Amino acid sequence: MQSAAQSGSLRVAASSPRRRYHQRLGSAMAVYVASLFVAKYLISRNLVDGPVVWVLGLLPGLAVIGAFYAIAMLMVEQKDEFIRMLIVRKTLIGTAIALSLATVWGFLENFGLVSHVDAYWVAVIWFLGFGIGGLVNRITHGASGEGC
Amino acid sequence: MKNRLKVLRAERNWSQSDLAEKLEVSRQSVNAIETGKYDPSLPLAFRIAELFGLAIEEIFMRD
Repeated sequence: MQSAAQSGSLRVAASSPRRRYHQRLGSAMAVYVASLFVAKYLISRNLVDGPVVWVLGLLPGLAVIGAFYAIAMLMVEQKDEFIRMLIVRKTLIGTAIALSLATVWGFLENFGLVSHVDAYWVAVIWFLGFGIGGLVNRITHGASGEGC
Repeated sequence: MKNRLKVLRAERNWSQSDLAEKLEVSRQSVNAIETGKYDPSLPLAFRIAELFGLAIEEIFMRD
């Protein structure tokens, strides 16, 4: 009985960094969706002007920074060194993909070979790369880095 | 780096989950160490050695 209780508490303790990560990520995404909707609605109808437009324009980006913060805190709080390494690996893979594509696209755009793409797509590509990094981890190390 | 973790665990009839719980790491960590996909840090290697009552070099050896 005591062993089961200890085992249970261990499982709860071990899962808490991931649980906090999901809470932080969920909060950031909720703020992102809400702020994007409000900003688009108010700005496109010219219902606000001056500094308020700046504040509304900054909010969705700040919410995405919140998602990056959630990933950073997952790395900091993760006590399992193997899982932490996997998270670092997929972060680096996401960063490599996003920076490479952004750099190449930037030059192509500069030479008039491709159309303009809004800069926030770099973050979207980064999250896709983060997911690809998880797949790479699963193939090379048998786990994606989702555990704990 | 090679290791005898799987043999030592089997001698004690421990599952990967049992060993993971004793070491306070994930089961994926135990699996990755056993299969040679991940070399543990020195502090974790010491914890593993202490758990089995052996020296680190009796568990881990060079390729």
